[in-house]
Amino acid sequence: MASNPAYDAALDAPAEKPSLGARLLRLMRKQPLGTGGLLIVVIMVLAAAFAPWLSPYDPTANDFAAMHEAPGAEHWLGTDQFGRDLLARIIYGARTALVVGFVSALFGGTIGLVLGVASAYFGGRFDLFFQRVMDVFMAFPLIIMALAVVSIFGTGIQNVIIAITIPFVPRCARVVRSSALALRDIPFIDAARAMGYSHTRIILRHMVPNVMAPYLIMITAFVGQAILLEASLSYLGLGVQEPTPAWGLMLQGGAEEYAESAPWIAVFPGLAITLGVFGFNLFGDAVRDALDPKLRSQ
Amino acid sequence: MVAGACERKAQPRAMAQYILKRLLLLFPTLLGAAVLVFFLMRLIPGDVCELRMAGTGAYFDEEALKICQAELGLNRPVMVQFWEFIRGYATFNFGDSMYTGRPIVDEIGLRFELSLQVAIMATITAILLAIPLGTISAIKQNTWIDYGVRAFSIAGIAMPSFWLGILIILGLLITTQAWFGTAWMPPIQYKAIWVDPVYNLSMLIWPAVATGYRYSAVATRMTRSAMLEVLREDYVRTARAKGLLEKLIIRRHALKNSLLPVVTVIGIEFAFLMGGLVVTEQVFNLNGLGKLFVESVTNFDYNMTQALVMVVVTVFVLTNFVVDVMYGWLDPRIHYR
Amino acid sequence: MKTFAIKTATALAVGAALAFGASVSGTAAAAPKKGGILKYVVPAEPPSFDGHRETTFALIHPIAPFYSVLIRVNPDKPSSPTDFRCDLCTSMPKATEGGTKYTFKIRQGVPFSDGTELTAHDVVATYQKIIFPAEGVASARKAFFVSVESVTAPDPYTVVFKLKYPSGAFIPALANPYNFVYSKAKLDADMHWYEKNVMGSGPFLLDSREAGAVIRGKRNPNYYHKGKPYLDGFEAIFAKKQSLRVQAIRGDRAAIEFRGFPPKSRDDLKKALGKEINVQESNWNCVLIATPNHTRKPFNDPRVRRALSLAIDRWGGSKYLSKIAIVKAVGGVAFPGHPLAAKKSELQKIAGYWPDLKKSRAEARRLLKEAGVPNLKFELHNRGVDQPYKIVGTWLIDQWKKVGVTVTQRVQPTGPFYATLRKKKDFDVSLDFNCQAVVNPLLDVSKFISDDKSGNQYGGYQDREMDKMFTAMNQEASVAKQRAIMRKFEKRALDEQTNLMITLWWYRIIPHRSYVKGWKISPSHYLNQDLSGVWLSK
Repeated sequence: MASNPAYDAALDAPAEKPSLGARLLRLMRKQPLGTGGLLIVVIMVLAAAFAPWLSPYDPTANDFAAMHEAPGAEHWLGTDQFGRDLLARIIYGARTALVVGFVSALFGGTIGLVLGVASAYFGGRFDLFFQRVMDVFMAFPLIIMALAVVSIFGTGIQNVIIAITIPFVPRCARVVRSSALALRDIPFIDAARAMGYSHTRIILRHMVPNVMAPYLIMITAFVGQAILLEASLSYLGLGVQEPTPAWGLMLQGGAEEYAESAPWIAVFPGLAITLGVFGFNLFGDAVRDALDPKLRSQ
Repeated sequence: MVAGACERKAQPRAMAQYILKRLLLLFPTLLGAAVLVFFLMRLIPGDVCELRMAGTGAYFDEEALKICQAELGLNRPVMVQFWEFIRGYATFNFGDSMYTGRPIVDEIGLRFELSLQVAIMATITAILLAIPLGTISAIKQNTWIDYGVRAFSIAGIAMPSFWLGILIILGLLITTQAWFGTAWMPPIQYKAIWVDPVYNLSMLIWPAVATGYRYSAVATRMTRSAMLEVLREDYVRTARAKGLLEKLIIRRHALKNSLLPVVTVIGIEFAFLMGGLVVTEQVFNLNGLGKLFVESVTNFDYNMTQALVMVVVTVFVLTNFVVDVMYGWLDPRIHYR
Repeated sequence: MKTFAIKTATALAVGAALAFGASVSGTAAAAPKKGGILKYVVPAEPPSFDGHRETTFALIHPIAPFYSVLIRVNPDKPSSPTDFRCDLCTSMPKATEGGTKYTFKIRQGVPFSDGTELTAHDVVATYQKIIFPAEGVASARKAFFVSVESVTAPDPYTVVFKLKYPSGAFIPALANPYNFVYSKAKLDADMHWYEKNVMGSGPFLLDSREAGAVIRGKRNPNYYHKGKPYLDGFEAIFAKKQSLRVQAIRGDRAAIEFRGFPPKSRDDLKKALGKEINVQESNWNCVLIATPNHTRKPFNDPRVRRALSLAIDRWGGSKYLSKIAIVKAVGGVAFPGHPLAAKKSELQKIAGYWPDLKKSRAEARRLLKEAGVPNLKFELHNRGVDQPYKIVGTWLIDQWKKVGVTVTQRVQPTGPFYATLRKKKDFDVSLDFNCQAVVNPLLDVSKFISDDKSGNQYGGYQDREMDKMFTAMNQEASVAKQRAIMRKFEKRALDEQTNLMITLWWYRIIPHRSYVKGWKISPSHYLNQDLSGVWLSK
């Protein structure tokens, strides 16, 4: 692999979160797209956090007197076929999206980080074996994995998160591993070993902090992908179930049926997903550009 | 770190060893995938016989169930079944579908053509979009054109593909009804392209575009960053210094050298396209591999799922292998380990 | 000795057919035109081609046109539960020997598509396979014929069924549309041959097939009902997504779908296509049942079950859900409109059907408190099919919320759903359905009797009272007496014990291109599907 001056530079000093953060902030100001993305993300997070106060109605309350009403004064975004307020469902849906998005991205990314670094660090047979396992999971079709997980464990938010986390682990592990490989040959690590530092210590304190860049990039990319995956799974009927408000779920079933006469049922959740993923992707791009413009994403 | 003369002589041998090693490493991966799919499927509660007896909810016959299970060999010990599976895969004998009883090779072959065509058309769409857009975006980096292109391509990733598909079909129905008086929608039955090219294209262009737009996003970003990198390279600066026209520079040097990573990405994505278009196929009613995949899992058709997974994994692994070797060969800076 | 069967048949025939709410619009009196290919969409593909083995409608829709049956429901009056006509036989026989012997005369000169002649021996071989299947042969309707002792062919054109006891359920069972008549020669060679092959004597011949995509049939020139079929052929196109099936009819890629569309699709099609769409509607002999698991606390307590049923506003639900789902009629255990079904005034006396909703829900809360579970929480197990399962599920959850019961949903795809419902039984309350081909409430209510006798009751309970009433009903000759027992049966099943909860009966809506003629809707999506009477007016 080509040597990377960014890592050489990063290794000279122990990893310091503040400098990374400050760099990020500075660079984001230079990036209008990234800032736009951040804005969207912030709005989503706030909506999710303050849902009970922001939402005008209970998102699961059926109101058969107001079935598929067009957007208007009483229901700003209209109602769905059960008479449930769409704005309420979208606001609460942000919660589901963010929970699923963040948790799976974090879990998947972090597990991938640890495994990738460990694999690079230990090398040899362990690395070889480990790489094969990651290859298997990467080659294994995502939908089938998700289908199987859901069929075995059932639907529901925890199982959806598990199903979505699984493909993230090998992808992050792979990227982190190739970054960590460059680190492994640095004399610093050998010196640390010679001094008798334990494996865990070296991995956690010296290697992991120096692969934070690809890790963070992967994680921000994952959140958007997780939201989309949840939407796809819900569309196939494998995701979160009624009556939980979730954007992907709102696009399933009734939305297609009513696409012509009550388009708002399909349009708004679709827009919400698009905007959400859009925001996370833009933000992720900015993070990537800030951390290493030469690093190619998967 | 330019390869010196010594290293160049040693390369063919190192290359051969590298290839051999990568090749050998394929087998554990394939075996791992086989183990995973085999046991994963059997963890799902229920089996194909129970599903077949489902129907109207009336008169569920326990005996018929046992008969069915014996017929399909589901009551044999697990390891025996596993060995059969591995043996079948090794000899390219996939056996019969547990759900339909037809040979799996036939079932897959039927859908393969369609999936392949959609994958190819989607890839072409992606390339047609990605290369010009990525190039422009790189050349006009950090201008509003750049931002516009990036926003456009990210929208492609951000939009749920089934949503786009629904909108496309609905849009077609409504606009053709409004303009021509009769509603037109893409055909729902498949005819091969050599049988009726117009019909075939009128059916497959829509899923190809919907999918292609999505994949172009990834390729556009790749093209852009590859181009950016190349544009900074010394030899481009030299060419500029020499006064060569910008267009020529781009065409001759930058484009060629930035193509490698793009081709890599496209190659790998293509492998995903072959079995991964599950949602798109649902929306457009395509009888493709993705649909077969989902059906085989929901029908507990172990043989079929196993065969499909092995096919997809093999394609993926081989594609990666080819890409790895190509990369290693083309980029002299890689060490062979 | 009263001939039980005759009495039943006659009695049931009184006032039967018209009470079913079937409405057919736009039936032209024009003469049928010959020619044309009928394209229709089918929601799923059958696992095999063997009608004796399968139970899914996905088999009937594409495959029934290739076969003949012995008798069938009158194709011109498919809503009738008692009007049976001959297909292969020459006349409907009367039962002899005290209602235990039925002698059918078979038409002569009926060819199979391979040229051989269909005789009584083929019919006997067919019914041997259905009623007395050999080792390794699955027969899904074996239990329908428990009354049959033997089936024989004394000569090549006579089939004799001998019953162990007179049974009013026998003729309807015989008319089941899945009882395709197969060739004895093929069965003798290989009992499983028909699973992968098609060879019948029906109005159409198999033209071609693309797995997962389409099955094509072409007219049988040697069909014994002269002048039919009118169509040159048909194409059964498989399309899993409902919205796509609707769009196919709209874009004229298909002319009709034989299962049923939700009301919204009908409205959209009508609005978009106006006169080019005909809509046929009918009550559907299918019902969704909420099944509590009697082996789990607190569902073993009849008060809890009763409370859950009381919480449901069926009358209101019918009004609203019928706008978004394929459900409509509020009914008891018997098909609404059937003489044995409860009248509205009788229904309103049953818990869960009271006209006063507030009183119902107050009583529900009281019962829950008394049972010690005022804030009950449980999981509803549901099937991953939109219409009407998931919609009814969402509605039920909301209904239960109104009495303080918090319910989450556990949805599974069809396969695992049945595995859980039928074998593992690890659910609190599950949705289940009861769909029958021929309307036959005396048999259909077997869903409610003890699980060791029923074969399709999944609540995990035994109720000997119910068993006794069931047997009594089925041995009773007079309709009035049957009805009286049925009311008691119903009251116990839905009210006193609330063994199972009926939600709503389904409603069948078939919007189709108006050039499709000659097909009449029935309460069952299994009936009247051989397409021999269908013609195209374009």
